Amino acid sequence: MKVLIPGISTPIARLFAKRLAERGDQVVGVDRRGWPDAPANIEVHKVDVRKRAAEDVFRKLRPDAVVHMATVSHFAEVTEERYRINLGGTQAVFEHCQNYGVPHVVFVGRHTFYGAGPESPLYHVEEEPPLALASFPELADLVAADLHASNALWRHPEMATTVLRFCYTFGVTGHGTLAGFVRGKRVPTVAGFDPLFQFMHESDVVRALELAIDKAPRGVFNVAGPAPVPLSMIIRLTGRTRVPLPEPLLAAMLGRFGLPKLARGAIEHLKYPVLVDHAAFRRATGFVHEVDERGAIDSFARAFPV
Amino acid sequence: MALLIHPDIAARVDRLEIPWSSVGVDPYGVEKVTLSRFFSGLRWFYRHYFRVRVTGAEHIPARGRGMLIGNHSGGVAIDGAMVLASCMLELEPPRLAQGMAEKFIEQIPFAAMTTSRCGQFTGLPENAERLLRDDRLLMVFPEGARGTAKLYHQRDSLVDFGTGFMRLALATGTPIVPFAVCGAGDALPTVYNAYEIGRAFGVPYLPFTPWLLPIPVPAKISIHYGEPLRFEGTGREDDEIVHSYVEEVKSRVAQLIEFGRSQP
Repeated sequence: MKVLIPGISTPIARLFAKRLAERGDQVVGVDRRGWPDAPANIEVHKVDVRKRAAEDVFRKLRPDAVVHMATVSHFAEVTEERYRINLGGTQAVFEHCQNYGVPHVVFVGRHTFYGAGPESPLYHVEEEPPLALASFPELADLVAADLHASNALWRHPEMATTVLRFCYTFGVTGHGTLAGFVRGKRVPTVAGFDPLFQFMHESDVVRALELAIDKAPRGVFNVAGPAPVPLSMIIRLTGRTRVPLPEPLLAAMLGRFGLPKLARGAIEHLKYPVLVDHAAFRRATGFVHEVDERGAIDSFARAFPV
Repeated sequence: MALLIHPDIAARVDRLEIPWSSVGVDPYGVEKVTLSRFFSGLRWFYRHYFRVRVTGAEHIPARGRGMLIGNHSGGVAIDGAMVLASCMLELEPPRLAQGMAEKFIEQIPFAAMTTSRCGQFTGLPENAERLLRDDRLLMVFPEGARGTAKLYHQRDSLVDFGTGFMRLALATGTPIVPFAVCGAGDALPTVYNAYEIGRAFGVPYLPFTPWLLPIPVPAKISIHYGEPLRFEGTGREDDEIVHSYVEEVKSRVAQLIEFGRSQP
């Protein structure tokens, strides 16, 4: 199978690309950051997915599947450029897929689509709208990209579109929102709140992506692994120290005194959980996680000791 | 086990038929250690302070989904706490009843954290339905906050029941076990509810007792469970039909209150 991966230089995308190459797929990547030491059997084009040169890759390769992983969160990119990457990039990927007859496209999104809030249901299903957007405007571009990808289901019925809303990644790469948040020795929390976090190990993320391109299910799917774990327990089991702070104090201190920099709206995610029901993805692909919650936590703790 | 955990409770929590993860948490965030501490505390209140007496506990299904529907007996959440304790202490195997908490609790620091670690969630229909479809035991007080606001002289009366629980029971084919709590209104006799002051603190009201603070006295409490009631339907019935079913449950709860009051 010829698989094109926009956004191939992220740690997860690299693992996924290597896995596909191992099993004999032809893998081509597009990323403005490049991948200097990419394995010889993976072709990488250092180009922005919104540029003409990226379109050429679609034209020449005529991929069987495109896995769009070129979105960034507000942690990685704080400027307006993020809007252009997430929305403009997604728009470009879907246009190219349609123009060059790509039979299957996978959009790799995030479960934070649903937002966190005191009146949110504990588990979100795919039919729910992104209700908590008002409290976290920094998520708007990712939500819009997700919705743009989702409406390809009716805009381009000739193309199989799979929209995946992944929970947090947690494990050896240290990549991802949750891993970044608990990376330091001391982890701030909102005093009196201890939300559940749902995460999965990188190897399971890769397996879920593999199943997504093999089974090509049409639709929007939440993807998660083991049972969720309270944030306080993640902090304790990774050997970190929890620093509970009253909410106004935490809001004032974020980004200072060595504390992680977070958007104001992200504080809601430190108070209330965002959990997803992934039964539909399990039914569509047969996915079952292999690394349990303890395994993922331990592998992160070993890779990033304090 | 850990500090502040009664050995009997530790053994009972072990016998709960809950799918604990490798870190001792269930899919809803109920945490084994916090749960054990919580029930160890409740056990003392249940056995020694309120000396709770229970009848009809055999009507609670040993396994599978079920809905406990009963009256608020005044004051704060003593009634709910004692019903939870009765399911943990009187049933074999023990069961974790899961209450549907008032929405404001989710916004109060520490309260939200403790309630959710012990299986008590925001009273959203989505949460309730998910728990029932997962064959859990739900505890619902259909009188809502109006029920806990009952004053001392109203303690054994019933205010209007909401209908949400009945639609849920119909949609999920859940048996309803009616119950009555008697005596909690004597333990915490409310003489005045300060709604304005309550709102300032982010709660619906603050109850005042003759000794001002909402601290309960060691009055005896009894809980009486009735035979399960089953209703056939889809949950999409007309209001009149659902109201008639709700009235049936309400009158059964009223009978159980009368029964409780007639007991020595």
